[in-house]
Amino acid sequence: MEINEFVAHFAEQFDETDAAVFTPELVFRELEEWSSFLALAIMAMIKSEYDVAISADEMRNANTIQELFDTVQKHLS
Amino acid sequence: MAILKYYNIGISAIAACVPQKIEYNKDLGYMMSDEEIQKAIQNIGIEERRIAEPDVCASDLCFKAAQQLLTNNEIDPQSIDVLIFVSQTSDYHQPATAAILQHKLGLSKNTLAFDVNLACSGYVYGLSTAYAYAQNEGVNRVLLLVGETMSKIVSRYDKVNTPLFGDAGTATLIEKGEQFGKAVFSLHTDGKGAEVMMIPDGGFRNPVSADSFVEETDANGDKRSRLQFRMDGMAVFNFGMSEEPRDVKNLVEAAGLELGQVDLLIYHQANKFMTDFFSKWLKFDKTKTPYSISKYGNTSSASIPLTIVSELYEAYPERKNVILSGFGAGLSWGSVLLDLKKCKISKVIEY
Repeated sequence: MEINEFVAHFAEQFDETDAAVFTPELVFRELEEWSSFLALAIMAMIKSEYDVAISADEMRNANTIQELFDTVQKHLS
Repeated sequence: MAILKYYNIGISAIAACVPQKIEYNKDLGYMMSDEEIQKAIQNIGIEERRIAEPDVCASDLCFKAAQQLLTNNEIDPQSIDVLIFVSQTSDYHQPATAAILQHKLGLSKNTLAFDVNLACSGYVYGLSTAYAYAQNEGVNRVLLLVGETMSKIVSRYDKVNTPLFGDAGTATLIEKGEQFGKAVFSLHTDGKGAEVMMIPDGGFRNPVSADSFVEETDANGDKRSRLQFRMDGMAVFNFGMSEEPRDVKNLVEAAGLELGQVDLLIYHQANKFMTDFFSKWLKFDKTKTPYSISKYGNTSSASIPLTIVSELYEAYPERKNVILSGFGAGLSWGSVLLDLKKCKISKVIEY
């Protein structure tokens, strides 16, 4: 599992936000496009790509893409 | 894992009744922006829902569906041995609504009747109970009535739940017969997630008080009282994707089949985004997953039988290996593999 690939998968879930915006440090909750549906789409992406079912609290507690990546890595290790 | 197998018992007939009144999700502008509405409809796959009038209960919708089933199939009400009513919006705390329905439907006083208190897993659990009774010598016919009026327990100012839920009542007749073959059930529970979907007050843990009626606004801006339904959508999604596809896989294996041999997979109509994701995860052909959700929404325990009635009435002729899969409050979930070829489906009626 690699951060750049994770960021790319993360970005694929968005329709309106410019792909260049997505970096590991991005505070994704501040994006205009962010919504509760996108949270579910991210959880689904993580399950599809990494076979990890992150919990609602883990999703809520992550602010940056890096933090989410670290959460997924914890499940995988 | 509780796996139950039954032979030569099956669903011989099924019917459903929905309220006449339609509520359109496009009309939720009083609490959501146009963009929010559009995104919600696109994600959950729900355009409209049916809403019962204030004086119409889940049992009334089930009563109509049962009448339709008995009439269309020329079933003598006196020949029903067992009546099971599944709902979380029953008529009273006491007595059981099944007893009221037994009398209203003109069933014999020898009818065994009781309620089952489960939500979205309720149809599969109710069926498993019906099958268990039907395998006994003294029982020939079980009438399973499954209905819910979620509109009565969901706030009008809840952006998560208002667009999701609708009302419906259904009737299913379970009988003995060699034509039905084998049915396999897989049933599960995880009470650790009891708070994920809940109405906190109004039972006996938190009896009704003046505070129960106070509308609280949560972090999302949704307003509801403690007598209204609340759901942690992300926790439900985590639960669903962790358990439901795995359960379907295990069920198919327990039945000695492969997923490719399954003709139809009928999900509890939770929301389309979630169940489409299950199909994707299972690599299951989406053309074999009937949906009634766009026109009726999520009707809790009634959604599986309502989908059978509305979608299989004229379509989906291949229906030998059918999986029904329900999951929800409890947490409680279960799936069944059965044969619907000999099931007589009545057309959806309105109340």
